[in-house]
Amino acid sequence: MEPDVWQLYRSMLKSRFFEEAVIELWNQGKISGEMHLGIGEEAIAAGVVALVQEGDALALDHRGTPPLIMRGIDPVQLLLELLGHPDGLCGGMGGHMHLFSKEHLVGSSGIVGASCPAGVGFALAHRYLRPGKIAIAFFGEGAMNQGMVMESFNLASVWKLPVIFICKDNRWAITTSSTSVTSGALVERARSFGIPAEEIDGVDVAAVWNTTKPAIDGARGGKGPAFFHMHCVRPEGHFLGDPLIRIARHPVKGMKPLAGPLLKSVTKMKGTSLKGRSESLREVVTSIGTTMKNQRHKKQDPLKRAREKLVSEKAKLQKMEEDVRNEIQKAVRTALQIARQKTKDASV
Amino acid sequence: MKTLSFAQAIESALAQAMSADDRIIVMGEDVELIRVNLFSRFGTKRVLNTPVSEGAFVGAAVAAAMAGLKPVVEVMLVDFIGTAMDAILNHAAKVEAFTNGRWKVPLVIRSACGGGYGDGGQHEQSLWGWLAHIPGLAIVVPSTPADAGGLMVSAIQHEGPVIFLEHKLLADYWLDYMGGNNRESVQFDVPPDGAYGAVPDQWGAIPLGQSAIRRKGKDITIATVGVGVHRSLEAATMLQKKGISSTVLDLRSLAPLDKATLCKSVEKTGRLLAVDEDYRPYGLSGELAAVVLEAGISFQYARVCTEETIPYCRAREDDVLPNKTRITEAAAKLMNE
Repeated sequence: MEPDVWQLYRSMLKSRFFEEAVIELWNQGKISGEMHLGIGEEAIAAGVVALVQEGDALALDHRGTPPLIMRGIDPVQLLLELLGHPDGLCGGMGGHMHLFSKEHLVGSSGIVGASCPAGVGFALAHRYLRPGKIAIAFFGEGAMNQGMVMESFNLASVWKLPVIFICKDNRWAITTSSTSVTSGALVERARSFGIPAEEIDGVDVAAVWNTTKPAIDGARGGKGPAFFHMHCVRPEGHFLGDPLIRIARHPVKGMKPLAGPLLKSVTKMKGTSLKGRSESLREVVTSIGTTMKNQRHKKQDPLKRAREKLVSEKAKLQKMEEDVRNEIQKAVRTALQIARQKTKDASV
Repeated sequence: MKTLSFAQAIESALAQAMSADDRIIVMGEDVELIRVNLFSRFGTKRVLNTPVSEGAFVGAAVAAAMAGLKPVVEVMLVDFIGTAMDAILNHAAKVEAFTNGRWKVPLVIRSACGGGYGDGGQHEQSLWGWLAHIPGLAIVVPSTPADAGGLMVSAIQHEGPVIFLEHKLLADYWLDYMGGNNRESVQFDVPPDGAYGAVPDQWGAIPLGQSAIRRKGKDITIATVGVGVHRSLEAATMLQKKGISSTVLDLRSLAPLDKATLCKSVEKTGRLLAVDEDYRPYGLSGELAAVVLEAGISFQYARVCTEETIPYCRAREDDVLPNKTRITEAAAKLMNE
């Protein structure tokens, strides 16, 4: 079987347009708090969620928007939630890190790694209540160092549960380079628990679909869990407001508040040696440099990658893009209208 | 004297302590960047980036403290302390008791707490009452830059484990993550005297368990910590216009608790209003009432606390957290009883 690349591209595009609208609303101050986006990891979400059936469960992390949109959650309801509106998906109580849909069996958590035990638990319930259904846990590579993730692998393996672990590796644990705080190969960790594991290019949506399909089918048939280490990028940083991204995009403006105190501190009398200090500074500069380099990696955009394969049918492609754009724009207009109405009612 | 932000004051006190004592190390997620000034000055051996492994690095810090280091560990948000709780509850807090006082754990755990910026119920909790419930832990909640620095000096000198909670509306680095000055339409109700203030040129210790009277009045004692201090001071100004004169007592630490000053004040005013951003049941607010009752003082009592899981929706969040309107109303009601 081959994936429907048109459908996968459409799904990714919907998520991208939605999150671009979120950026704008957040910048305007209409959405509060932190904002973690899934821009850059759409191919992973789209490839996997395309294989999800009615009755399957999703355990999401703090970047839950793409899988939710792709799973068919109403974008208006989702936007209203982000706007903190009582008609939102969670009545305005959850916000972007705490999104739930009971009818779709989707739960999310802002606690790093928490989606893994949740995935295991959903799968356990399936065994009793929904044979043939699976659970999918999405998490970042930063979560791979949480004890509860390793404990979940073990439990899933000894109980042979139908849970698929999807590790989205964007190379950064918050603002720390993951490789600097992570030992060994991630696939080896999963394999050591007896879980089949594969490492794949998470920017290629067809590859994501093709690689996860046999494992998902297998889990439905009682073959137990599987683990996938998928590589992707995060052009918007850990969250909107990420200091590394701010500096990478506007080096002068971004460094200004940092530079004074930094210079003052690094030249203080007591502290480590000159060699030690320059070593520290070098690490900071490297982090900023890597972030800047990542910003230029346009080839790592999963949407661009998928589009290349469709561009030969230009008219069809443009029509689809236009349709999806209109769909999301309409959802944004509707949500804002409902939100405005509420404010007007309140002021009367 | 000079003026520093809340976060700068802590950093400055910490830097002073680190330059005097090589055993102090800083560790936690992202500290190379969040504490870039300390990192650049003290280097990779003293400021250690950790993976997202709170259970391991807080647990390791406990034993490292037992073995002679003085770790200052950062748990980014107090809400995330759940994954490290075993190390705190069953180890850091217990070793001194288990060894009959022979072995102590000189550990500081720094953590950001508190709400008022729209992040939702898993990122805006206070939890100090929950932590102060455990014997063997000191719980510090500063409300001004000068206190934050002076209490940090004490926390580092303290022989046992200290949890040092920094309210996000006071610690500006956290609000910077909300977009900083690139998102001008967003306003947070930051108490100006809490976020910036005069600090000494050389840091001295402010003892744990010593409260501060922020305002003196004769009708009612408002006891509180953290941002609650500033909300209560605003309320006290409003109450003054109604002819109600309030004492605002900043407890500064929950454990040890300055029972003497609290009791003395309530004895004078005959009324206690506990203002607590933490959850109401089984917490600081009830503890304050119990302490004064146990001292044999008769008084009238009310409390303004967080009553439920903090809503993401900003308007509802502002109602759920103790605000000056709720404090003023509760105080006025108490006066009429």
